Amino acid sequence: MRTAGVRPSLFPDIGARFFGYAGGLMLLLWDALRLIVTLRVKPSEVLRQAYFLGVQSWPIITLTSAFTGMVISLEAAAQAVAYGLSQLIGGSVAFGTLRELGPMLTGIVFAGRAGAAITASLGSMVVTEQVEALSSMGVSPTKVLVVPRLLACIITVPMLTVFADIVGVYGGFIVAALHAHVSSYVYWQSVQSLAGMSDFIAGLIKAAVFGAVVALVGCYEGLRAKGGAEGVGSVTTQAVVTSIILIFALNFAMSLVLFK
Amino acid sequence: MRTVLERDDRDPTQAAPPDNVEIRLHDVELRFGQKIVLSGCSLDCERGKVTCVIGMSGAGKSTILRVINGLRRPYRGLVYIDGKEISGLPERELIEVRKKMGFAFQYSALFDSMTIADNVAFPLHEHTSLTRTEIGKRVSEVLASLGLEDVGDRLPSELSGGMQKRVGFARAIVNDPKILLFDEPTSGLDPIIANVITDTIRDIHSNLGATCVVVSHDLNYVYSMADTIAMLFEGTIIESGPADKIRNSPNPLVQQFLQGSVLGPIPI
Repeated sequence: MRTAGVRPSLFPDIGARFFGYAGGLMLLLWDALRLIVTLRVKPSEVLRQAYFLGVQSWPIITLTSAFTGMVISLEAAAQAVAYGLSQLIGGSVAFGTLRELGPMLTGIVFAGRAGAAITASLGSMVVTEQVEALSSMGVSPTKVLVVPRLLACIITVPMLTVFADIVGVYGGFIVAALHAHVSSYVYWQSVQSLAGMSDFIAGLIKAAVFGAVVALVGCYEGLRAKGGAEGVGSVTTQAVVTSIILIFALNFAMSLVLFK
Repeated sequence: MRTVLERDDRDPTQAAPPDNVEIRLHDVELRFGQKIVLSGCSLDCERGKVTCVIGMSGAGKSTILRVINGLRRPYRGLVYIDGKEISGLPERELIEVRKKMGFAFQYSALFDSMTIADNVAFPLHEHTSLTRTEIGKRVSEVLASLGLEDVGDRLPSELSGGMQKRVGFARAIVNDPKILLFDEPTSGLDPIIANVITDTIRDIHSNLGATCVVVSHDLNYVYSMADTIAMLFEGTIIESGPADKIRNSPNPLVQQFLQGSVLGPIPI
């Protein structure tokens, strides 16, 4: 195989790679939004993906949220009881869970489970020419592969976050009651007085954005898989890492905007 | 380095093919990064005929099919499909061109999460307004015509390589395309199944009357089905014509390839 006579660049242009990646993600998002707005969506496929990506992530998200709520309560309870502030335990658990930990932990666990599944699935389709087969038939891979997963993630991550919020706050109650002997009335009264509906809604908005990030990054990485199994493994790792970093960064940015 | 935006902008009408040529590649150059895969590649495929592209592994044979289908855009040169130059078409217009083509991939490229029937029905669901019953009927007809009556409910992973190839053919022909592209249809198959596949391609061609482009390096099967054979070497078509012309070619590259000789001008 001959090569063109072009001198290779000595230093990789990190800026160009960053903007190339960001631009690729935005183009994929634009393509998907265009298809969604023009209603070229198969509801049955969205539901199938929602079941596979969302419902099957429920047990692991429930478990992690329960233990997180419990550990916050454990740490807060010891301090609060020592300073006579046990009436703040429920509120602090609910406040932290609804605003930050519920959506963020759900997003991170979802990125690890569903994001990896999306990338591995699409990556395998790329290396076995299935995605090329779609294009060869005149069918947009974005329409068939990306749009259902994007919608499924945007719908299911907030739903999972509701579960995570409930389980986290309730887990906190169990530890507060058993460990610090805080009464049920005091705990739930504290929850009601410190955490409001606006915190809950803001958390769900964050969750929807995290869902979109996991789907977009997962699909984008999967669709640019190269080689065989090693290539699929490499993009899968990259997708999870990128999703988690973006979730942390966007969580901070959204907290700045939503809780001003 | 020239970019894709600096594509050759010569007048496409000058290289336009005559009516009997359905597919024309004119002086096509294609690169993957800095690798030149096709260079000065020109090929004519006559309407309703079978053209076989032969050549060494890695010569760019499969890439030619992808250029014809619009999956790869040439860096330079012109690609005509049914009289229309497609190399500069936007993706939306390329979709219309692709609807007229069927592409049977080397490794079948069946959707592994779908049943065989769903795989074959897929192009019909996407591009036609047929009812579910009509699609089911058409799928059954096509599967039966390829000897695959009882596999509709099975998954691709439950079929042998030869059966998967035939399912790939079924998916390619289900919406009666005018152009059929076959990528290495007999590779990796035993001689009996390879014969079955060759007969299947001949039957499909005679039934549909489509223009077929077959990429292969199995010469026995190529001789038995080709109206025209084109040999690709280092990204360029170096000889093309009927089987006899290729067999008697004075070109030492062609002769070395046909004889499978280690000695000769082709670097091993």
